[in-house]
Amino acid sequence: MRKVKLILEDGTVLEGKSFGYEKSVAGEVVFYTAMTGYPESLTDPSYTGQILVSTYPLIGNYGVPKDLIEDGIHKHFESNKIHITGLIISDYSVGFSHWNAMMSLGDWLKSQEIPGLYDIDTRLLTKILREKGSLLGKIEFESEEIEFFDPNLSNLVAIASTDKVITYGNGAYKIVMVDCGVKNNIIRCLIKRNTTVIRVPWDYDFTTLEYDGLFLTNGPGDPAMCDITVKHIKVAIAQEKPIMGICLGNQLLGLAAGAETYKLKYGHRSHNQPVLLNGTNRCFITSQNHGFAIATETLPSDWESLFVNVNDNTNEGIRHKTKPFFSTQFHPEASSGPVDTEFLFDDFIESVKKNKSGK
Amino acid sequence: MINSAIKKVIVLGSGALKIGEAGEFDYSGSQALKALKEEGVYTVLINPNIATIQTSEEIADKIYFLPVTATWVEKVIEKEKPDGILLAFGGQTALNCGVDLFRQGILEKHNIQVVGTPVQSIINTEDRQIFADILREIDVLTPKSVACDTIEKAREAAKQLGFPLIIRAAYTLGGLGSGFCSNEEELNKLAENAFSYSPQILVEESIKGWKEVEYEVVRDKYDNCITVCNMENFDPLGIHTGESIVVAPSQTLSNDEYHKLRTLSIKIIRKIGVVGECNVQFALDPNSEDYRVIEVNARLSRSSALASKATGYPLAFVAAKLGLGYGLHELKNSVTKVTTACFEPALDYVVVKIPRWDLNKFEGVSKTLGSSMKSVGEIMAIGRSFEEAIQKGIRMVGGGMHGFEGNRSEMEITDIDGELKNPTDRRIFAIAEAFQNGYSVDKIWEITRIDKWFLQKLSNIHDLKNRLIEFNTLAELPVDLLLLAKKQGYSDFQIARLVMKNPDSQIQSDLLKVRAHRKSLGITPVIKQIDTLAGEYPALTNYLYVTYNGTEHDVEFQHDQKSVIVLGSGAYRIGSSVEFDWCSVNAVNTIRKEGFRSIMINYNPETVSTDYDTCDRLYFDELTLERVLDICDLEQPLGTVLSMGGQIPNNLAMRLHKQGIPILGTTAEKIDNAEDRNKFSAMLDRLDVDQPRWSQLTTIEDINRFVDEVGFPVLIRPSYVLSGAAMNVVSNKDQLHHFLTLAAHVSKEHPVVVSEFIENAKEIEVDAVAKNGEIVAYAISEHVEFAGVHSGDATIVFPPQKLYIETIRRIKKISRKIALALEITGPFNIQYLAKDNDIKVIECNLRASRSFPFVSKVLRTNLIEIATKAMLDVPFEKPDKSLFELDYVGVKAPQFSFHRLLNADPVTGVDMASTGEVACIGENFYEALLKSMLSVGYRIPKKTILISSGPTKGKVELLESARMLKERDFTIYATGGTHHFFKENGIETEQVCWPDEDNADINTLDLIKNRKVEMVINIPKDHTTREISNGYNIRRNAIDFNIPLITNARVASAFIYAICKLDLENIAIKAWNEYK
Repeated sequence: MRKVKLILEDGTVLEGKSFGYEKSVAGEVVFYTAMTGYPESLTDPSYTGQILVSTYPLIGNYGVPKDLIEDGIHKHFESNKIHITGLIISDYSVGFSHWNAMMSLGDWLKSQEIPGLYDIDTRLLTKILREKGSLLGKIEFESEEIEFFDPNLSNLVAIASTDKVITYGNGAYKIVMVDCGVKNNIIRCLIKRNTTVIRVPWDYDFTTLEYDGLFLTNGPGDPAMCDITVKHIKVAIAQEKPIMGICLGNQLLGLAAGAETYKLKYGHRSHNQPVLLNGTNRCFITSQNHGFAIATETLPSDWESLFVNVNDNTNEGIRHKTKPFFSTQFHPEASSGPVDTEFLFDDFIESVKKNKSGK
Repeated sequence: MINSAIKKVIVLGSGALKIGEAGEFDYSGSQALKALKEEGVYTVLINPNIATIQTSEEIADKIYFLPVTATWVEKVIEKEKPDGILLAFGGQTALNCGVDLFRQGILEKHNIQVVGTPVQSIINTEDRQIFADILREIDVLTPKSVACDTIEKAREAAKQLGFPLIIRAAYTLGGLGSGFCSNEEELNKLAENAFSYSPQILVEESIKGWKEVEYEVVRDKYDNCITVCNMENFDPLGIHTGESIVVAPSQTLSNDEYHKLRTLSIKIIRKIGVVGECNVQFALDPNSEDYRVIEVNARLSRSSALASKATGYPLAFVAAKLGLGYGLHELKNSVTKVTTACFEPALDYVVVKIPRWDLNKFEGVSKTLGSSMKSVGEIMAIGRSFEEAIQKGIRMVGGGMHGFEGNRSEMEITDIDGELKNPTDRRIFAIAEAFQNGYSVDKIWEITRIDKWFLQKLSNIHDLKNRLIEFNTLAELPVDLLLLAKKQGYSDFQIARLVMKNPDSQIQSDLLKVRAHRKSLGITPVIKQIDTLAGEYPALTNYLYVTYNGTEHDVEFQHDQKSVIVLGSGAYRIGSSVEFDWCSVNAVNTIRKEGFRSIMINYNPETVSTDYDTCDRLYFDELTLERVLDICDLEQPLGTVLSMGGQIPNNLAMRLHKQGIPILGTTAEKIDNAEDRNKFSAMLDRLDVDQPRWSQLTTIEDINRFVDEVGFPVLIRPSYVLSGAAMNVVSNKDQLHHFLTLAAHVSKEHPVVVSEFIENAKEIEVDAVAKNGEIVAYAISEHVEFAGVHSGDATIVFPPQKLYIETIRRIKKISRKIALALEITGPFNIQYLAKDNDIKVIECNLRASRSFPFVSKVLRTNLIEIATKAMLDVPFEKPDKSLFELDYVGVKAPQFSFHRLLNADPVTGVDMASTGEVACIGENFYEALLKSMLSVGYRIPKKTILISSGPTKGKVELLESARMLKERDFTIYATGGTHHFFKENGIETEQVCWPDEDNADINTLDLIKNRKVEMVINIPKDHTTREISNGYNIRRNAIDFNIPLITNARVASAFIYAICKLDLENIAIKAWNEYK
């Protein structure tokens, strides 16, 4: 078997065993603590450029689900391919078992040319990332040396976004979705609420389109890379049409409003993040995947914090004080993760409805 | 925002440990009490289980050792006038009591608020029909089910739903009275039995073979909900979750399935209106996302205790706080101390729970696992691979097995298909045997329906075994293979056996060779923390486990000679239970108070000792030589305490000592002198102390010769048992022959110990503490039963009420001699026989015994604290209390769980059968006895009783009792001999015929089945309990029809005296601290 190592920019070297595609890769190493949902996570475009470390040690148990298309999108995946750069786990289940499985995780990684390493002390790795923050790293196979590479220096959104306008569903409300690397479940959540979704590229000038509501999606990397999107959103918030954003969408809406964003030490990537709805005692468990956040104190006076993270007090969402604009840093569409905040889509559609009938 | 109207509360405990309701409620009750105390709420605990941690002075403000029934609780309410009551922390016992208090209007009458989930919500989950209706309102599926109150309705329902079906009894503990049936005949049988426990039964569609998944859900008054943990059963539906191997988190569920069930759990808890914690059990179709909700427990449960230990999330503590009015987000995560309690733990390890059965202890019991519970305890194993966790777990269960593989003669399974198809307590080994015989994963799945993922993991372990046995020496064993074996949880023992292949006599030295070899290669385990957030936040947690699947320790080790390791008791089992947890925790407390750091090793999720805030460091790991050495290598402790956790740590003494591990207290050599029968016997001879004559023999001829010398009856203890109990008393040649040929094995390799058995002798216990051979504190207690009943099953009185002063004097003298000869430092226990002032020593244990918490609490002198101080060699005060100065009496009574053990003969004998105990304090012996017997489920008969009094001794013993009952207008039904004996002595009884007789008299079984008697007294005639006899039929039916049964004449006469002489209304309700 070929020797393979994970090398971090701080000099840490961990030897592992390969169960995916044998190719040296480099990226940003991040950990996630979810215990289920590796097919969803691996296909989440927000992970573009990242080498993902699973803190849950037993991975591959239920294989990879069948690749079915429903309403024009993959039924069991969050996009049309694996977006991570590499996967690091502790214990790989060679044997998998599930009624809906079509192949093993290892075979899936191989088929999409993504390396995967097991037999690594992922807790040790997590502690390093927690102490030092997310680090650059590389998976290096024997006699295939490569350089470190910082994905945050490139425009990851441009990589993850669609390059053409696509329409989904046939509902009464027309939603323009600015795709910065959208997860399929956002589309599913919208079209099952009587909408027609017009998915446009990240830099598309949607202000020229006719629509009832605007949706800003999740996506990878630094929001500062999306100047052009922010410029378009600024136009939208000068108007009255409802806007909802998720994750990167939250940060872009914040930037458009005039707030600032910053990079978190090691981000939130898990299914168990508690967020409190401001001014209430309602606390929700949410699914998250982000490395950047809005600095709440930089929000202009006509905007306010909507949700706050109970663990570290970071911003989890904002809203306009008078207009129907809101966004969340967490993922109400889940997939993977808890679905407790899916009602936010209802709130959005409700305001779209109200806004439309108000005309 | 907490409810400030609640200043004083009653907390209901769960009483004695029984099958289906065990130590987990000591853990959850203690947690709740801790939470209440933190909020300044005055706590009044009602729990007769004296061996628990929760019934300790520093845990609750006031403690009543009384039965947890509405009658007694009301008396306490009248006296204490509390503002609130907590029902969710004492299992089904407390819940049922709470429902009774509510229905009888007692809570309303005394204006008492239920803290936490409202009683109506509890009733809604307990009544299956209401429950199903409520879930239907929110479109949640339950198994199609019909509630029936007659057997006719049950048959009708069966026609409607079609077989196979499951029958369940409502309002019962752990699936009692439940079972599967595939035809009407089976239905009739099951339904009849279920009706004996409950007025309502359920006839349900069978979803046998589906996955079984549970969620632990928490809700606060703001409607915030979290699921703390989910768990998946290794065994598919059909085996009670308490009987199943369980993993956490679920392993085979996709994200969609996981969250579909999670969302449903939250929907359900909201609908029911739980404030606190509840458990939702699902069946999940293995071929789709179809599901059914099987059960909801609106209280803390065995599963919630397991979930707390599996995640580090203190469910009971949080539930109590939520009951007081906190929101989840207002509480802190008690592990990280900085993050909120409103989150869902992320695990970075896998947990395996395995039940512990003790079915071998019972005559005639069915070993098949099914929908009702038979296990007496459980273990939890933690690893970073499934293979590692399950192999650890199999060793932890303590059935003498060494893991999934590497068991040689320990288990012989011939009928593989049969064992796989009809699972018994040996199911996991049947799978190993199947692999050994070439069965594929698919084939085993076909028969068992255990998810293939689990089977594939087990097959990995088996495949590795096949690779290991290809090598014959450690030197030729490849390093990476050795490392892989350790990562898959192989112990040094297994590796020694599989690779070195020497006879078992060499295994102890071989496993040390494996240890030395791997250490020389740098193959040692690492210590990881359980921190609830998978490392995301820094946590100063001291909750640790040992794994080979990692390369870095999470903690540092301070080699400052300030740490003391206490070895815990392992799985609860018959003979070793919560009392050793009490001892362990008290030792840990003392160690901390004396300024040392305490380190606990234990793996029982039902205990307080495995609560991470009990000690300075908790290793939730194995109590094997290998693991204890691993931990000692790292910690380099000042010393280890082996005398608190019962026999498991005690057995390690010599081997740990030989490896240079410092042992605190009595030396390993002296422990060996007490444990080794020959050495101990020789020592007693030297000390001129008498003991029953005994001999270790290897042929039937020698045994006969010895028996000729000492006379019958004799006690036989084989070293190799073919079937049935390991010990037996035989009264004649036939029985002796029968036992030695059918049940045991006699040979040079398997000698048999035969001892003289003294009849009608009193049994006396000494629990004491010595330092450097001098006794510094002691307690003498006596058994109500004559010798012949195992001390764990005996009714014990402290201080003794009926001993001669001379007997006591002699016992003290002998105890001093023994303590001096064994140079004891620490706790010890000696059991004596006394017949007319003639004293013989039966046994001596140089460790804490089962009765330490009982005597400590009655004396109000903590013998474990003194013992620990003696072992630590720190100053302590010698108690000056004399046992004669007590103005009150404590009586400890055993709790049996025969009703759960189908077909088991409910008798007591030389082998222990009880699963728990209670003890109550009274002004006199009879008051204490009555309270404690009511606490273990006896009910006071008002009009009718059935007596078959067995041998003449029994008849004589019960004569006075019968007279007293007649004076109180009882109808006494008696079998022939008893009837005639009583008649000759002037007492009229109704003669009834034996089960196998057919004459004009009423048959005893009809009396029982038609509930014409309120109590059955059946004294077995002799010591053979093997044959299905009339006596067996009477006893078993009494159990099956839930009629109180007494099988010991001395206990029966004491109980009858108590009910005749005492008026319940006049018994003073006194808290523990009011007995002075």
